[in-house]
Amino acid sequence: MTLFTTLSKAIENGVKDGDIVALEGFTHLIPFAAGHEIIRQGRRKLTLVRMTPDLIYDQLVGAGCVSKLVFSWGGNPGVGSLHRVRDAIENGYPAPLQIEEHSHAAMANAYEAGAAGLPMAVFRGYVGSDLQHVNPNIKTVACPFTGEELAAVPAIKPDVGIIHAQKADRAGNVLIEGILGVQKEVVLSSRHSIVTVEEIVDDLEAGPNSCVLPAWTINAIATVPFGAKPSYTHGYYPRDNSYYKKWDSISRERKPFLKWLDKEIFQGGE
Amino acid sequence: MTEQYTSDEMMTITAARALNNNSTCFVGIGLPSAAANLARLTHAPDITLIYESGTIETKPQVLPLSIGDGELCESALTTVSVPEMFRYWLQGGHIDVGFLGTAQVDRYGNINTTVIAASHKESGSDGTHSYAHPKVRLPGGGGAPEISTNAKEVIITVRHSKRTFVKDVDFITTLGFGRDGNGRKGKSTLGKGPTLVISDLCILKPEAETNELIVVSLHPGVSQQQVIEATGWDIRFAETLQTTNEPTTSEISVLRELKRVTEAAHNQTENV
Repeated sequence: MTLFTTLSKAIENGVKDGDIVALEGFTHLIPFAAGHEIIRQGRRKLTLVRMTPDLIYDQLVGAGCVSKLVFSWGGNPGVGSLHRVRDAIENGYPAPLQIEEHSHAAMANAYEAGAAGLPMAVFRGYVGSDLQHVNPNIKTVACPFTGEELAAVPAIKPDVGIIHAQKADRAGNVLIEGILGVQKEVVLSSRHSIVTVEEIVDDLEAGPNSCVLPAWTINAIATVPFGAKPSYTHGYYPRDNSYYKKWDSISRERKPFLKWLDKEIFQGGE
Repeated sequence: MTEQYTSDEMMTITAARALNNNSTCFVGIGLPSAAANLARLTHAPDITLIYESGTIETKPQVLPLSIGDGELCESALTTVSVPEMFRYWLQGGHIDVGFLGTAQVDRYGNINTTVIAASHKESGSDGTHSYAHPKVRLPGGGGAPEISTNAKEVIITVRHSKRTFVKDVDFITTLGFGRDGNGRKGKSTLGKGPTLVISDLCILKPEAETNELIVVSLHPGVSQQQVIEATGWDIRFAETLQTTNEPTTSEISVLRELKRVTEAAHNQTENV
């Protein structure tokens, strides 16, 4: 039984160069510690999938781990641009970055389709949007019953799905509370899943309709207190909004970013 | 005589007044979020506010910095997953008003939050040229493309300038009425689209036949000339042009208190 492991082993065994990796968490429960470990282990040429690539993907892109980004809203929420992502797109620094751009509805549907084992998602979307002209993965299908033209996108099926959650019990069942995002969908749609948790408890104390991922849906669990910081974990610690604001000046130019990378990630350790 | 107020406060208060107490409103972050919560704290205490992070009937005391701040979840009636939010609640037809901000809006209410182009092609383009030649890369669509088409109507709020009010957006991220004003014609499954655009200078509405935005009300002290100079197309004015009501003392004080507690909360240093 190797379900419970350390973060470094979980990343070492789970994430390979060139993998399609989705680190999810809709503002809440963003698996920052796991992202930092991917940087430390020097993974390259990853395709990163995420609805809202915020600081964590700015860091992974800036560190040179990424060759393609699949996303639907890329920014530092309420603050501004992702400077490292822009530098990669505009100047190919530190590596060229391909992008595949969607809307939130499309990605949410595509994750759900992945979890449901379908090849594609069908929804009423992208009507009149130019996104369909710049992303060949946005197509339309006609409803066979009504004839209505609907949008279709391929299901998201990552090689590795990574999330953070509040807690696991000793059997490895995981409870997620608060803003759920696509946490359940990304674990069920991924070939391999890694979950970091704040703590291991005897009893999840989950209500009958709680969002619980059974142990057998997860490949690796690592206990990482504060594993979502500067994002937040509902019931444990709040979002560090001041850090999100500070990131703007850390990331704007290459030099301070590289200094941050060295000091906080490579020197800082886990 | 009400107290002094800024043009931004005028915009937020006017946008708040556009929402009514019985509506279900899907709220974008930033200006719309401030206005929607001001409405809830003033004339519309029962308004249902929904954010794309899945929070339904949320009543935040502090304006969120991001769309998924914990405050939204803690003060909500219930929180659903993001796929459920977009599939059941938005696409399912439960949203009266989609309330959006933008970087660019054009004369047909189309929204661009994707790219500002480095070079312009003539109107009617499909966005591919702009996308390949960006001057400024913006965050992207997020929830807006489907909010705009699946909500029963859309209200847009944005500051007025030649950079924001353009003749044709560089890229249609989110449909207003399309490149020719007819983008929704014959599409019965779509909502009405933008019914109001509220800026810091005026209120605009789509004209009945053409769907082109025209000014229906000027904010107090704003001249037609000011609006003409701040708009990127030959803006027209309604025949019976109104003057927007001034903010009340109470609206101003509630808004300022909301901003004050928000600022204090967002600048607090690490407390863990």
